[in-house]
Amino acid sequence: MSRIGVFTCHCGENIAGTVDCPKVAELTRQIPGVVHSVDYKYMCSDPGQTLIKEAIKEHKLDGVVVAACSPRMHEPTFRKAAAEAGVNPYLCEMANLREHCSWVHEKNEATTQKAADLVRIMVEKVKHDTPLTPIKVPVTKTALVVGGGIAGIQTALDIANAGHQVVLVEKSPSIGGHMSQLSETFPTLDCSQCILTPRMVEAAQHPNIKLMTYSEVEKVDGFIGNFKVTVRKKAKKVDEKACTGCGLCVTKCPNKKIPDEFNEGLAFRPAIYVPFPQAVPNKPTIDTANCTYFKNGKCGVCSKVCPTGAIRYDQEDELITMDIGAIVMATGFKLMQTDKFPEYGYGKYKDVIDGMQFERLASASGPTAGVIKRPSDGKEPETVVFIACSGSRDRAKGVPYCSKICCMYTAKHTMLYKHKVHHGQAYVFYMDIRSAGKDYDEFVRRAIEEDEAKYIRGRVSRIYEEDGKLIVKGADTLMNGEPVEIKADMVVLATAVQSQDRSEDLAQTLHISYDKYGFFAEAHPKLRPVETNTAGIFLAGACQAPRDIPETVAQGSAAGAKVAALFSQDELTREPIVAVVNRQAPPLFSTCTGCFLCQTACPYQAIEQEEIKDRSGRVIKTVAKVNPGLCQGCGTCVAFCRTKAIDLAGFSNEQLFAELMTL
Amino acid sequence: MRIGYYPGCSLLGSSREFNESVKAVCEAIGLELVEVPDWNCCGASSAHVLDHELSVALPAKILAQAEAAGLTEVLAPCAACYSRLIGAYSELEKNPDHKTRVSEIIEMPYTGAVKVVNVLEVLERFADVIQAKAVQPFARKVACYYGCLLVRPPKVVNFDRPEDPQVMDQLAAKVGATPIDWPFKTECCGAAFSVTRTDLVAKLCGKIVDSAVKLQAEALVVACPMCHSNLDMRRPETNAALGKDLQIPVLFLTQVIGLAMGIEPKKLGIQRHMVPVAFNAPTGAQA
Repeated sequence: MSRIGVFTCHCGENIAGTVDCPKVAELTRQIPGVVHSVDYKYMCSDPGQTLIKEAIKEHKLDGVVVAACSPRMHEPTFRKAAAEAGVNPYLCEMANLREHCSWVHEKNEATTQKAADLVRIMVEKVKHDTPLTPIKVPVTKTALVVGGGIAGIQTALDIANAGHQVVLVEKSPSIGGHMSQLSETFPTLDCSQCILTPRMVEAAQHPNIKLMTYSEVEKVDGFIGNFKVTVRKKAKKVDEKACTGCGLCVTKCPNKKIPDEFNEGLAFRPAIYVPFPQAVPNKPTIDTANCTYFKNGKCGVCSKVCPTGAIRYDQEDELITMDIGAIVMATGFKLMQTDKFPEYGYGKYKDVIDGMQFERLASASGPTAGVIKRPSDGKEPETVVFIACSGSRDRAKGVPYCSKICCMYTAKHTMLYKHKVHHGQAYVFYMDIRSAGKDYDEFVRRAIEEDEAKYIRGRVSRIYEEDGKLIVKGADTLMNGEPVEIKADMVVLATAVQSQDRSEDLAQTLHISYDKYGFFAEAHPKLRPVETNTAGIFLAGACQAPRDIPETVAQGSAAGAKVAALFSQDELTREPIVAVVNRQAPPLFSTCTGCFLCQTACPYQAIEQEEIKDRSGRVIKTVAKVNPGLCQGCGTCVAFCRTKAIDLAGFSNEQLFAELMTL
Repeated sequence: MRIGYYPGCSLLGSSREFNESVKAVCEAIGLELVEVPDWNCCGASSAHVLDHELSVALPAKILAQAEAAGLTEVLAPCAACYSRLIGAYSELEKNPDHKTRVSEIIEMPYTGAVKVVNVLEVLERFADVIQAKAVQPFARKVACYYGCLLVRPPKVVNFDRPEDPQVMDQLAAKVGATPIDWPFKTECCGAAFSVTRTDLVAKLCGKIVDSAVKLQAEALVVACPMCHSNLDMRRPETNAALGKDLQIPVLFLTQVIGLAMGIEPKKLGIQRHMVPVAFNAPTGAQA
């Protein structure tokens, strides 16, 4: 017979205000198996906990029910107290008299009766509880950071500086990401490359960081502390060890008319190329889709001119599998393209460009060496219209959210423009100016007051070309919707920030969740912003939502700190509330019949197939087995199992039936 | 092949040439037009600002008449009629319970069995026939003007690109015309303000006509009686507002197609226009 103690808490007035607590103690004392039942004003307080501990010892209790608040609030507190008094913590349960009873009911006899019933249920659960021990899993102290933009670089550096190994994977030939394309950054107008490139070099040279550029994550198996990740190292067709980065091949490549991604199509690059002068690593890659040699077998100039014979036309993609303890996703964002705007010409006007193209025009490393020239004819534009919220906050474009960075970079663009074209006039069409952030609003005011950008609150309905000018038609909603028509030389659309192409596929590869716009989902919007719902996988930067640089860096460091904390332990402790497939004595071995419906139902890929073999190694039976490292204890498999071969530890079928039967 | 036909008031009055040319072209391509029996006003311009129920019931009555006559589709050449008919159809499809209420008002059953199409949609189906029959190519540079109602609201009409529509340009090209790429395809012509604020219409039409001429169009092509009357009938006011003397003719798309098919100009109502349909060099069809 069980020896269970019931401890009813008043929670001040919270419970005692509607529930007659002494009566609950009295009623529950009569439940078979209960040997001790008391009530107390604050059970979670130190004297309250002591009361429990002493009762355990005095009455030789083998199970405890605390009738108080939600287990989400104080279950750890009371389980710890029980453990200290020598009772297995999983034999201590809570009956939720507060959220489930006193807060939602009137003060009357029925409420007190319900409270007693809630205790009765938990007493039955405790009777069927089995002692459980937390699960220990080892930790591989190597982190994988996916994405080599500022988010990934910051995360990798922080983890590496904490003394742990990091593999930094970047899909393009160089790290640096969008930030390397920017001219100057708000709100200080410091040069983006000047602050970024030292970090890029630091990441490349750090003894704890292994850089894998032109590589993509192909497959992720395993669980927190024990991931197995396969990365595809795409063939650069250049032997990185032999190449000295002299750049002769790049100069000599005869095929120089390929739109340059780094310059957003505003310039051309050769088929063998280094994305930009400060690229890390600063060694070329052959773009096989555009290389003459790969298209028709002729050319081969790069191979002929290379002084070290580093060109390897026969180089193949490599698949590299590694053991990883934690993963940080830092895959960034993409911008909506100008061809998504029918009202602005479906991308057919060369001088209607997006924000990133303007960055390249304003950048010293850009196609115009930082002189503002419009793409169509290279003339200096004397009137430039900037359109904020191009696509953002526009349900018709499928982007109801605010892209967050555009108000600030548009203000920056007007300043950069004015600083380079002194007699030029910048106009900004906007919906609202969202400049929350340190020194942000002051920055916007500077654009308006000192650099004389004309801000017009309203939308632009149409842009068309007439006599070499772009006619921008809009409305000024602060002037009663007065139509505004501006003859512009160039228009810059602050197009919406969107999730990367194929971000959903990547999320599915990693088994992390994502929102309807393809951004990766954080575990909690406020309290767990850099964690995902999958243990051991973290987020940094704009892959989670539109972010500016300061926020991205903060998130990168936050994710780095999470990883460092995880790696500070040699073993991970996990709740033992996991599913278990039963094992029986031969000849049955298990009631599992091997249908593996559970395997298809499991959202966490936690169910494996296990072969039960005899001594000669012959397979007798193939049954399901739950990997306790992956199982999150959701119980879906339990519901699916046709033979009831699976039970959830701490929530077995037998327990749940007993709880129901007592009512 | 047969289709229901709803001419509406404009096609019997100010836009008789649209009616004539639609009928002539449809006959030539082998499409029989069956006029909706006992049709009534579609409620354009006024009903929807006065009473919402009325503005749905009037077009519903027309569609119910078509349904009773065993038709499954109604062609409404006038863009305003088309807008009202498809607007009512779409609203009743979205709210099927309103159908009962409307049936009560119009005192006849409305089930939504009749679909509404505009003239561009119908002609698009016969594009190949039209091309084959275009014996006298209309070899002119043309500016296709869609106006506001043919492609809007996009969720209701669900036809062509709302900002830069293409169908009329494609059809004009089929009969030998060269449609210009211009930005005024869907700009406002002033529509119903033709009567109350002629000055506004003159200003708005001025921009449209001026741009078409600048881009060397030889004719404006339209598919809406309202657009036509503003661009054609209001030309003196337009020219006065512009301070220019622009004589670019405004043709209905069906007239352009008809001319290219060799249909007699008079049968297409070409002579009814205010701005005479005359071209400088007789390169294409005679007019």
